[in-house]
Amino acid sequence: MSSFGERAAHDGLSMAGGKSPWGGTGEEGKASGSEPGAPDGDSAPPPPAPPSGNEPKGPRNPWLPPSSGGSGDRRPSIEDIFRKRGGGGNGGGGNNGGKGGPNPSFRLPQRPDGKSWTPLIVGAVLLLWLGTSMVHRIAPQEEGVVTTFGSYSRTLKPGMTFTLPWPFQSVSTENVTQIRRESIPEGDSEKLMLTSDQNLVDLSYIVRWNIKDLKLYSYQLADPDQTVREVAEAAMRQSIAEVTLSDVIGSGRAAIETSVRDRMQRVLDAYRAGVTIQGVDIKKTDPPTKVVDAFKEVLAAQQDAQSAVNSANGWAQQLTARAQGEAAAFDKVYAQYKLAPEVTRRRMYYETMERVLSQTDKVIVETPGTVPYLPLPAIRQTPPPSTEGGAK
Amino acid sequence: MEALERLWHEQKVALIAAAVVLIALLSCLKQVNETEQAVIVRLGEPVRVVNRFRPNADFGQTGAGLTWRIPFLEQVITVDKRVLDVSMERQQVTSADQQRLEVDAYARFRVIDPVKMYQTAGTVDRVAEQLQPILNSVLRQELGKRTFGSLLTAERGQAMENIRKGLDLEAREYGAQVIDVRIKRADLPDGAPLESAFTRMASARQQEAATIRAQGQKNAQIIRAEAEAQAAKTYAESFNKDPQFYDFYRAMQSYDTTFAQKGSSTSMVLSPDNEYLRQFRGK
Repeated sequence: MSSFGERAAHDGLSMAGGKSPWGGTGEEGKASGSEPGAPDGDSAPPPPAPPSGNEPKGPRNPWLPPSSGGSGDRRPSIEDIFRKRGGGGNGGGGNNGGKGGPNPSFRLPQRPDGKSWTPLIVGAVLLLWLGTSMVHRIAPQEEGVVTTFGSYSRTLKPGMTFTLPWPFQSVSTENVTQIRRESIPEGDSEKLMLTSDQNLVDLSYIVRWNIKDLKLYSYQLADPDQTVREVAEAAMRQSIAEVTLSDVIGSGRAAIETSVRDRMQRVLDAYRAGVTIQGVDIKKTDPPTKVVDAFKEVLAAQQDAQSAVNSANGWAQQLTARAQGEAAAFDKVYAQYKLAPEVTRRRMYYETMERVLSQTDKVIVETPGTVPYLPLPAIRQTPPPSTEGGAK
Repeated sequence: MEALERLWHEQKVALIAAAVVLIALLSCLKQVNETEQAVIVRLGEPVRVVNRFRPNADFGQTGAGLTWRIPFLEQVITVDKRVLDVSMERQQVTSADQQRLEVDAYARFRVIDPVKMYQTAGTVDRVAEQLQPILNSVLRQELGKRTFGSLLTAERGQAMENIRKGLDLEAREYGAQVIDVRIKRADLPDGAPLESAFTRMASARQQEAATIRAQGQKNAQIIRAEAEAQAAKTYAESFNKDPQFYDFYRAMQSYDTTFAQKGSSTSMVLSPDNEYLRQFRGK
């Protein structure tokens, strides 16, 4: 913005001096220091009437014959354009031809050898124009299409390339290797889809794609990105409609992903979209929130069933182990019994009877023919001493 | 600069003439982009088409680029050459079995006869506008012939093809070709149908849960029975070696557990003939 400050200083100077910029027509050379034309930052409105008594001539038309304004009228208008470009666009360039004209006394500083800067500036701008519109650096992940007057001529590969300058050829580059990701649905909203058994599933997924053929991508579809989304949606719904809910939630995910991808690729190839679907990833398959409880109930039932089986297994282990134990014990005893059957049998008999009779009340009725009166309920509490004594 | 000024002074008329000629030339030229077709209209009557869509023409050989026209007399109408989109608003469709379904569809079309399109519709947007109600009605008609179940599954493909053909027939009137019709979404409408679907799903799950529990019980029972059988087999193998001894052995065990517990209040009336009291008689 140094030029801006400089100009402001010039303005101040011109005001202080009270010199009219529209005054002396042939004196531009002398008045090179005063630059009154642009009232700060806005050259659009006609400049205010100068304070001096000289007759203001108003904006000059640069196309007018030079006799009225002298040769200086043409020159500053060109320079003015350049000055405005450098100054960051105050006032815009739209009115250079008309009202931007009245800067007759502005002149660029001269080169040391006294020649004008203008040819150099013109040359630089020309170089800039040719440089930016002829030389193209295509980054490794990019490609570019070249159009000649709007007609496709070739595709640029990565590297430095040259084309004709702008009005003849133009280049538009696009990143072709970058994988684009479309998340459907956007956000965390619930997206319900119908499965083949007419159940609903809440599903979200990501589509990864990139540009396969930039030429087709650029010219074939009106809105390729939107098309990819819509095709993804149609393909996903169709694939989901072919499988059951349990497949979607359970084991069938990978198959669905593949079938959606293939289906999308087929449709997009039919459109000649120039797009490759790298993959479809199902992020989430959930039952709808309203029936989540019922789905949890199924899980609980599975747990219950498992625990019933587990406890039955435990019981079974116990039972068979006991059977084996008892059988083993019997086998051991039996082996000894075989060696001395009579004695063992007797021994076991007496030992058992001992244990049994030592714990019980005993009544021995000796005389045959007597029918003992047994007050059974009474015996249970206090055994009558008479019978006891009789027994002895 | 001085030279330029001198040139301007001397050749003013020539320079202005050259500029006018240049402008005139430029106004005769018209750039047609690769994505456009151009209809040249002379006094309201289309005379020729530049860069018309041809199915197998490769880009770069299609005729895009600069074209000439007569200024003021001829007007250039540009028509999109790319594949365009008509989207259908969500609408309810009733299937053949009287179930309601909310359907969202789109069609892709391309203007293949720009002259016809210009004469009938005027602009591409108008074509899309015209096609939309047709798509609605064709879709409604076609889906109405099918049952709810078949709409969801593979038969959709055939339905879509029929709809495409129906729409294509109408679109040809506007110089457009329908490439594809697809149902984006086919959902149950909100309210009663959706709620009843939820209820159905929930009850199906509950039924599944009950089945799983019953299955678990069944398995547990089988496991128990198998264990019992196994135990019986073990016992039988062992005890069958000497059933009589087993009888004795087991009887002894049984007497033990039945009578020999501490504090049992069993009373026994024994006859002296009892085997245990045999020695009482002193024999």
